[in-house]
Amino acid sequence: MSKSNLEIFSETLQNLAETDRQITVVTSDSRGSGKLVPFGQRFPDQIVEIGIAEQNLVGVASGLASMGKKTFAVSPACFLTARSLEQIKNDVCYSDNAVKLVGISAGVSYGALGTTHHSLHDYAVLRAIHNITIVAPADHYETAHAIRLAAEMTTPIYIRFGKKAMPETLFRRPSQVEGGAGEDSQGMGEQTDDFQLGKGRILRHGTQLTFMASGEGVLPCMEAAELLQDRHHISCKVISIHTIKPLDTRLILESASSGQPIITVEEHSVHGGLGEAVASVLLQSGCHNKFKIMGLPDDHTVSGSQAEIFSHYGLSAEGLTHEVLEILK
Amino acid sequence: MKEDTLIATSLREKSLLYRRNIIKYIYHAKAGHTGGSLSIVDILNVLYNEIMQVSPENFTSPTRDRYVQSKGHCVEALYVVLADLGFFPEEDLRTLCQYESAYIGHPTKYVNGIEQNTGGLGHGLSICAGMALAAKKDHSDVKVYTILGDGELAEGSNWEALMFAAHYHLDNLCAVLDYNKLQITSSNSEVMGLEPIDKKLEAFGWAVRHVDGHNLEELSATFKAMPFEEGKPSFVIAHTIKGKGVSYMENVLKWHHGVPTEEQYELAMTELA
Repeated sequence: MSKSNLEIFSETLQNLAETDRQITVVTSDSRGSGKLVPFGQRFPDQIVEIGIAEQNLVGVASGLASMGKKTFAVSPACFLTARSLEQIKNDVCYSDNAVKLVGISAGVSYGALGTTHHSLHDYAVLRAIHNITIVAPADHYETAHAIRLAAEMTTPIYIRFGKKAMPETLFRRPSQVEGGAGEDSQGMGEQTDDFQLGKGRILRHGTQLTFMASGEGVLPCMEAAELLQDRHHISCKVISIHTIKPLDTRLILESASSGQPIITVEEHSVHGGLGEAVASVLLQSGCHNKFKIMGLPDDHTVSGSQAEIFSHYGLSAEGLTHEVLEILK
Repeated sequence: MKEDTLIATSLREKSLLYRRNIIKYIYHAKAGHTGGSLSIVDILNVLYNEIMQVSPENFTSPTRDRYVQSKGHCVEALYVVLADLGFFPEEDLRTLCQYESAYIGHPTKYVNGIEQNTGGLGHGLSICAGMALAAKKDHSDVKVYTILGDGELAEGSNWEALMFAAHYHLDNLCAVLDYNKLQITSSNSEVMGLEPIDKKLEAFGWAVRHVDGHNLEELSATFKAMPFEEGKPSFVIAHTIKGKGVSYMENVLKWHHGVPTEEQYELAMTELA
């Protein structure tokens, strides 16, 4: 676990640019933060520096995309989805320019830098805008696939991730999970090459509770599932809902049909994100599973590193373990 | 010389036709941005009939010139010009601003001939800058044009785009200021002063020219001189009159989005005959 999803994004983009001259990266003085210095050195004609001007970043990206450039607009998620929200709504989504918006250092990645640098609103605001796919990959595998698919998309997409090291893959084969080979494990086998936008991925099978998580909220769910198995012999399923919109309603309802409690986990405000999206699906389908949304509360966010903030709000393996024990009481 | 005169005569007739149609369809819809549409229509006339390589036949070609109307609210002027060029039947404009019509109060790509959806102010120039940069990267001859409102220049995003276009030497980009000096509340000078606008734009790295925005020959000659300076984007400050062509509308603020009564409609049509 040595690389961040951010680094995988940069490597994937360089691989794509080797054979595709249309790949174009647009940055707002953010090539360093975006790990894109090597991209700029290797493909100087395919990187456009905007300076610290996020509104112009998204407007220019829209113009480039309208002319056929496979345009990745890369900026810290906090600025990209707030300062330039009107450009995203009008120039990208409404005008249907296939810009690939990449929100780097998302969530509380910039932990100690404070609320100005946190993006805990991005799912909420973008979910309410028509014509955009919203993706938060969990590991290297999901990140690389999301970026490759984004490059070929003809409609807008937003992808966000952090800068903390993440595993290459979080997937656990049923045989790797004690007591995890239930009926819903059929068809998974050894196959892990199953990434599709809009389709959640069952990363770990379990029978007593389901975690539905996105982005860097998936890792603590996997760790908690391991802890719960080892210490309490509780079997948890973990689903990576990497695509927050469009939501994989079929998988959510299938998982809910067993009656298991559901806990959603996200590095986002508890308002308007993955949790409320899943809740909406469940309630409107008549599902009344025990349900808990784990995210950042509607409060001034505590200061600290990303790990400390996660731990403070119960988003760590220990915190999630505690929640599971409470909900199963 | 004789040919030039003939072209100018034909363009003048088109300007009159466009003004009549703007009034006609706004009167029918009981909605529209009357004053500004009359203010920019001569600029659009020259761009579409004299300058830009764009037509219904080449509209899907990557090599067409691009026009994005940043001051989207004056869409009625754009609609009547596109209808005249054959992008869609003029009768379609009878649905202007009606339920389920594609012909709404701002430009959208649902209407044939329109490049980008605009309406929020301060967006067009950035999009055009991206288009112009893409054309440069592709070694294409595509030129990109936009019309900005004077009130619109208070939006800070314009100044981000102005810096960008000069930084990247986008001399295939032309921005036109519809400088009628009035905005919805009052005059620019009262709401948010622009002057000295030419010096500001020059300081931002653009090549700037002033033009009478209703003088078709002057507009044509100005656009044909683009780029005004090699390596610099071109900025045309078009001095215009809000409501131009209808006596009781000229420079009268209430015609920003005023709709004529039957009597006013008849008078306008008489004046524009």
